[in-house]
Amino acid sequence: MTLQAPAVVPPGGSFEGFAAQLPRAFEWLRRNLFSSSSNTLLTLLVLAFFFLVIPPVFNWAIADATISGNSKAACTGSGACWTFVKLRLHTFLWGHYPESELWRVGVATLLLVFFSVPVMRDNTRHRGIYLLLLLTVFPFVAAVLLVGGVLGLPEVDTSEWGGLMLDVIISFVTVAGALPLGVLLALGRRSELGVFKFLSIAFIELWRGVPLLTVLFMSAVMVPLFLPHGVSVDRLIRAMVAFTLFNAAYMAETVRGGLQGVPVGQEEAASSLGLGWWKMQIFVTLPQALRIVVPGIVNNIVDLFKDTSLVTIIGLVDLLGAVEQALKDPAWLGLAKEGYIFTAALFFVCCFAMSSYGRRFERRLNRHRTGAP
Amino acid sequence: MVRRPSRRAYVGQWIFLLAVIAGAGLLLRMLAENLALRNMHFGFGFLASPAHFDIPFHLISWSIFDNYGRALLVSLLNTLLVSAMGIVAATLLGLTVGIMRLSVNWLIRNLALVFIESVRNTPQLVQIIFWYFAVLQALPPPRGSIVIPGGLFLNVRGLYVPDVIMSEGGLFAWLAAIALVATPFAWRLKFGAKRVGPWALLLPICAAGLLAAGTERIEFPKLTGFNITGGTQVPPELVALWAGLSIYSSAFIAEIVRSAIEAVPKGQHEAAQSMGLRRAPVLFLIVLPQAIRIMVPQLTSQYLNLIKSSTLGAAVAYPEIFQIFAGTVMNQANKEVETIIIVMAVFLAINLLASAFMNWYNERVALVER
Repeated sequence: MTLQAPAVVPPGGSFEGFAAQLPRAFEWLRRNLFSSSSNTLLTLLVLAFFFLVIPPVFNWAIADATISGNSKAACTGSGACWTFVKLRLHTFLWGHYPESELWRVGVATLLLVFFSVPVMRDNTRHRGIYLLLLLTVFPFVAAVLLVGGVLGLPEVDTSEWGGLMLDVIISFVTVAGALPLGVLLALGRRSELGVFKFLSIAFIELWRGVPLLTVLFMSAVMVPLFLPHGVSVDRLIRAMVAFTLFNAAYMAETVRGGLQGVPVGQEEAASSLGLGWWKMQIFVTLPQALRIVVPGIVNNIVDLFKDTSLVTIIGLVDLLGAVEQALKDPAWLGLAKEGYIFTAALFFVCCFAMSSYGRRFERRLNRHRTGAP
Repeated sequence: MVRRPSRRAYVGQWIFLLAVIAGAGLLLRMLAENLALRNMHFGFGFLASPAHFDIPFHLISWSIFDNYGRALLVSLLNTLLVSAMGIVAATLLGLTVGIMRLSVNWLIRNLALVFIESVRNTPQLVQIIFWYFAVLQALPPPRGSIVIPGGLFLNVRGLYVPDVIMSEGGLFAWLAAIALVATPFAWRLKFGAKRVGPWALLLPICAAGLLAAGTERIEFPKLTGFNITGGTQVPPELVALWAGLSIYSSAFIAEIVRSAIEAVPKGQHEAAQSMGLRRAPVLFLIVLPQAIRIMVPQLTSQYLNLIKSSTLGAAVAYPEIFQIFAGTVMNQANKEVETIIIVMAVFLAINLLASAFMNWYNERVALVER
């Protein structure tokens, strides 16, 4: 519910215009803040709470804070020391990726934007083709760019990757892997073939029943025991596989919800046209089901993006890990508040943007269904 | 009628199953080879050998001479403790915020919205670490404790709460009190009997008497010199994990509560109002009981998420099952495979039990359609 009668002077407006607005503003205040005695009491309580909390927080975060200077000595004020965040920003964003090769990260980011914007826009033609490119071609191009070792690009070891970049990479690989796997599992769970049904249910319920942290630990310490002697897989790749398997189970449940939302008549019609099972799923059922579950999938993606911070516990240096490392630096002790608030804020911006998109899509979907303009 | 799968598909699924079994067999053989190569032996016999490490927080007695099996029990109880505390706090907070979200007051409504959005869009691990390292570790030493009304002290060593000391045989008095209050509920549940009526008022009075009889005294924490004596100390790790788990879940529960209340037909609201009920009774007697039916399945998955998330206590060294088994025991006993299997099995079992209970509850509260 938004403010219906904004009590502002219109640009170039006269006092008369303002005065004409006043009664409406009072009406709004009366209805929304002072409609009854208990309501007035609540309003006053909240205002008192604001009065107590906002000034100290504002002083700490902005008025008394320091952002200039090049060492902790610059932070003499009683407020926050944002100098720390400013000086460490590059490790928070891309870990120890070599300075001279940072353009590769930039190009990969630009490519990601180039491929994903058409997928998210409402009126793109051939949206599916862009999505297919995003999930198949883009990962290879990005991998070549970021890892290097070919085409004259110097190789950058994954141990040098880090910061927010690592969170984004893990999330992207996970989505690209978990989405197709999740669709297969969801189809398997609804299959009439007992074996596929049983295996899908077992797979989904197993991963959904255990904490993500145990899965990550499994990838970190148990997987080497299942590989032939002398074969080793990169730690980051193992974590990505763990994330993919774990999230495929959650994606599968989301997609299953969509499959159940497709009317049976659609499958019957497809079947009577002589379409085989695969053709029926690919051309009739899935396009309708996936469209319904886009908001749910976006929710899943937000969740898994937040969960990527757990790789800190198995020793990968993502955004949270980079902040923790920086906080251990003897030159910058005692700045936990600044470090973690910055981490939370950066995650918030990314997640809020994604969930807002999900909500917008959901509203559009509902409009379509109800037929309202 | 959709066509039945072809014969080829029926054969195909068995071939697929064979492939899965073969793959699993291959992995197991690889594991056996690797374990032999490292001179490790698969087995759970190590649970009987002494642990030789300390668990700083335990609900039942623990000494470093106890065995790994008891360590499993101690850490499992710690997990269950923080989960139960988290579920209670998250439900109460979530219910409050969810109702605030529907307030007619613009400020309250949007305050709740800001809370929900900021909590839901930041990682839970960051929140737990923030509470521990940025808030609790920055608290004053015992001498400068923050005094919370009700006899509670908060300082860098944790939260000090009043301790209830049981008198001799007090346990029986307490159990009797609980049984006294629970009996009529159990009776109604079991036999569907009528309400007890005004006689029910006698029950809490008797129960309160029994409780008072079973309690010798309540010991309040006191500041003496540089330290706090008396009362029970809740370690900061537990406080941080509790705060992190319950605040994070409460935001999701608040949204569940809001959508469930909105899903109750508007006519219920209007009918109750037209009968002359005021706003609070309408909410608590008419709308919420119906909303609970809608909430139960979603709440179940939130509670299960909370229990699984308690493993994040590893980040603040709260001695729950993951921290103790996948951390300390794994390193000390060199049992990578077994410890992970134990932790996973414990969570699978908790999950199954919790969903079985919630399904039973769901069946009880579900609307019986004609």
